[in-house]
Formats: sequence, structure tokens, C-alpha cells
Amino acid sequence: MSDATTARFAPLGWRALLYKEVLRFWKVAAQTIGAPVLTAVLYLMVFGHVLEDHVKVYGTFSYTAFLVPGLVMMSVLQNAFANSSSSIIQSKIMGSLVFVLLTPLSHWGWFFAYVGSSVLRGLIVGVGVLLVTLFFAVPPFAQPLWILVFAFLGAALLGTLGLIAGLWAEKFDQMAVFQNFLIMPMTFLSGVFYSIHSLPAFWQQVSHANPFFYMIDGFRHGFFGVSDVSPWISLGIVGSAWLVVSAVAVHLLRIGYKIRG
Amino acid sequence: MPAIRFQSVSKTYALPHDQGAFRALDDVSFDIEEGEFFGLLGPNGAGKTTLISILAGLSRATAGQVSVHGFDVQTHFADARRQLGIVPQELVFDPFFNVRETLRIQSGYFGIARNDDWIDELLHSLGLADKAEANMRQLSGGMKRRVLVAQALVHKPPVIVLDEPTAGVDVELRQTLWQFVARLNKQGSTVLLTTHYLEEAEALCNRIAMLKKGRVIALDRTSELLRSAASNVLRFKTDANLPWSLAQHARITGRVVQLPAQDAREVEQVLAQLREAGVAVEDVEMRKADLEDVFIDLMAGEQTPLEVSR
Repeated sequence: MSDATTARFAPLGWRALLYKEVLRFWKVAAQTIGAPVLTAVLYLMVFGHVLEDHVKVYGTFSYTAFLVPGLVMMSVLQNAFANSSSSIIQSKIMGSLVFVLLTPLSHWGWFFAYVGSSVLRGLIVGVGVLLVTLFFAVPPFAQPLWILVFAFLGAALLGTLGLIAGLWAEKFDQMAVFQNFLIMPMTFLSGVFYSIHSLPAFWQQVSHANPFFYMIDGFRHGFFGVSDVSPWISLGIVGSAWLVVSAVAVHLLRIGYKIRG
Repeated sequence: MPAIRFQSVSKTYALPHDQGAFRALDDVSFDIEEGEFFGLLGPNGAGKTTLISILAGLSRATAGQVSVHGFDVQTHFADARRQLGIVPQELVFDPFFNVRETLRIQSGYFGIARNDDWIDELLHSLGLADKAEANMRQLSGGMKRRVLVAQALVHKPPVIVLDEPTAGVDVELRQTLWQFVARLNKQGSTVLLTTHYLEEAEALCNRIAMLKKGRVIALDRTSELLRSAASNVLRFKTDANLPWSLAQHARITGRVVQLPAQDAREVEQVLAQLREAGVAVEDVEMRKADLEDVFIDLMAGEQTPLEVSR
């Protein structure tokens, strides 16, 4: 068995890194879990209050109920990205990444640990947002399996993107560029606050080019049983995007991109 | 099989703005045998840390091979890294965890799940027992350094690499550290040490390599290196400037001047030059040459040009 193979299947190493990454965000849970839940609730209260009587979506559902899945998914995506990206950039800048670099962990071990912890944080924040927003409106939970599938895939995709961003960025302001000029606009323009059917035809087409739209639309399908596009199409697009992004991330880890000289 | 083998290792860095390349290591080859306490010495920029980075897998050699107990650090990196415990030069730490968590996590990276007995022994041996539950941020610089040592040893590596472990630390930690590392060496661990404290290297290392501008300029047993040096050193204090003919060979620390002087005739020659130059001296004494004298002699003698190729 080659060395790369023995390292890949090292039984416990990647679990220790996963544990460390989870413990890292858990120790500052007020900042990593509490704050995003509060932000999502504020969005719901403000947008829900202002638009409740003016917007109807999918015919029968209230705007606040429509908004709940969008806000949950937005929180899942943003926090999954923030977890891996901030962990890597912080440990790169502080120098503590050396403790992981000196270990026998393979690139697969790094990948599973960083993406796994990001998925976990994204899902914990998502459940937190969902529980709190249920006080304001209860969506029907029509097809729960889709909810789980898209929550996992969305978190995994953004956790993987965060991993790439963390490896690429050398300074905090580079990370802020990635977050503020790519992740934030794509999330906001993905249909969190509206159905794309309410948009003019041109902007509907533009929205279809945004992979974040399919994550939120598929996730929302799990709640309402209706969506702007078929959940199978969304599954294909999101799943393919995750595979492509994962291939890039694993390659960068394998060559030690910007972490090994 | 040697514990560590460096075979024709070279490392070249591209300089920014298309200014060519800087050769940090140039065809470095030597072995470190199992159970040795080996010193790697050289001035700043000599390539010591680059060589250790390549050994640790933090950096890749441009040419050549490095192996640990026969495992190539690139092609068999996992096995090679299991053999190595490396104490990095920089005082780095993860601010989220306490000392025990830090050690348990580091242990876990090597696939060791239940390691508390050894962790307790490390904490006790390094004087960290009462800091086990303290957050890393609360520790002094010296305490953080001890944790770095404990992290490097947590998976019981047979080869220990200490990259300037006593830089800026107090006497107590030095003594604790050296007693502990000497004990591990006696029990069979191989130790590779880089340090600027040459008296430590002289006291601890049985063999030494000296690097200058990326090349090995000396490689021998410590006793042989000492034998090769001028056997005596003339030491005195003065407030005046030395004539250039003497100053270029002198070790000057404040008012204290030390010059190699093989025998009584050479001592008389030095004193005559001082009298001629009108340099008043006091507290004149003779002592045996030490490793620092050897180091200064070798560094002054070997003229290795800075390698810049285009």
C-alpha cells in the first residue's frame, strides 16, 4: 500500500482535526452561532413586517413563511463558508497551521475535517435560525428529505469554497473581498427574499446562472413542495458544482498551495 | 540505516520582480545516525531553518532527497512525519484551547486517541503540570515554548528536531529542557539541534555540522572540531579600538576582547602590537579555545559567494 494510501486511511488523524475545528467554533458559540441566528431573526422581523401584506408567493403562503427557508439556507451557506475560511486564514496568519502541517494527515484528511466542521456549523446555525423563526411563521415541511439534502449539499459546497478561499488568501482583506464581493452578493441575489418569478425575464435568466439560486430553491421546495425549478435540476447543478469545487480543493491541498513552500 | 539522511539537497527561491534566483541550500549531504545528539550551526541566513523545513515537509527541496529512518519525506511523508517531533522556531500557539486540549488534539493528529498518561508525564517533566487547564493565551513566552516542546513529543517520535528552542528563554527553562532532552537522548532518541548558543551545542552535541550560505563547511565530532581550533585564547579588557590586524580575528563583547594565540610567542606578538598601537589592556588571561572560537574561525575563513543566478 502506498504512503498516500496509508495516510488517506489513517484511522483517527482526520477525526482529531474535525474535533479541533468543531471545538474551535463551539468555544466562541456566541459569535459563531448566536450572532448569525440573531441577524437572521432581525431580517425576518424587518422584511416580514414591511412586506407581509404586499407580497404573496406560490399563491397561498404568507411572505414571512416564504422567507423562513430562505433565511435558514442563507445562514447555513454563509456560516459554512465563514467556518473553513476564517479557520484557515487565522491559523495561517498566526502560524499555528504548522501544527497540522507537521502531521501525517493527508490532503483527504484535511478536506474531510475542514468541510465536515463547516457543514456541522452551517447546520447548527440553520437549525437555530429555523427554531427561532418558527415563532413567527410555520412553513409546511412538505418534503423533508429535500430539506436535508440541500442543507447538506449547500453547506458542503460553501465549506469547500471557504477552504479554497482560506488557502488562497494571504491577508484578512483578501478574504473580505472574497466574502463581500462574491459570497454575499450571490447569496442575496439567489432568491432568499423573493421568488425569481417576480423578477423581469432578463433578471430571471441571470438568476439561473447563479448556483446559489438552486441551493435555496431546492431547499425551499422541501418546505413548500413547489419551487421555481425542479428540485432534481437543482440537485444536479448543486451536486455537480460541489464535485468540481471539491476536486479543486483536494488538488490545492495535495500540492500544498500557499501552505508548503 | 541513518536516522536522518540529507542527499545532495538544494533549494532555490525565485526572487521577486524577475531578479533571478537565490540559492538557500547548495548540495547539502550528511547523515545523522540513530541515537546521536547532532548540532546544526550557522549564522542567520545560513540555511538551517530551510533544511529543517524540507525535513519537516513544510518546504520542498529543489533537488536532492531527505529521508527519516529510510522514509522519503516527500513520497512516504506520513511514515516520515510519524518519526519526527519538530519544535518550530516561532513561538506559535492556537488561542482557542488550553494546554491539555492542545496536546490531546496534537496526539489525535497522529492517530493516538488515549494518550493521557504520556501527556501527564510530559506536563510534569516540562514543569507544565499546574498549567494543564490554562488557556494558551494566558501563558508566558517561556511556558508557551514548553508547550511547543510537549506538542513535538506527544506522539513519542524517535527523532526530535529542536530549531533554536532556547531563543529568548530563561535559564530555568533551558535547564529543564536540556535535562529532559538529554534523558530522551539517553533512552535512544535521536536529536537534531539548531542553536545560536554555541556553549549549549558544545556541551550537548556529539557531532556538529556548520552551514554557511547554504553549504556545509564543517562536519565532524565536536571533540575533533575543538581540537582543530587554536588551542588557546588570549582574553583581556580594553576601552580602546584595536588595530585592524587584530580586530579582524577578535571576538569582541563590550570591553572584553578574545584573540586566538597558540603559544607564548603568539601571545607576545599580540601584546607587542597592542603596545605599538597604544592600546591599554587589563585583566589579561589565557583560556582553552571553545566551539565559538571554532565557529568564528570557520565563518571568517570560508569565503562562500552569495549564489545568485539569472
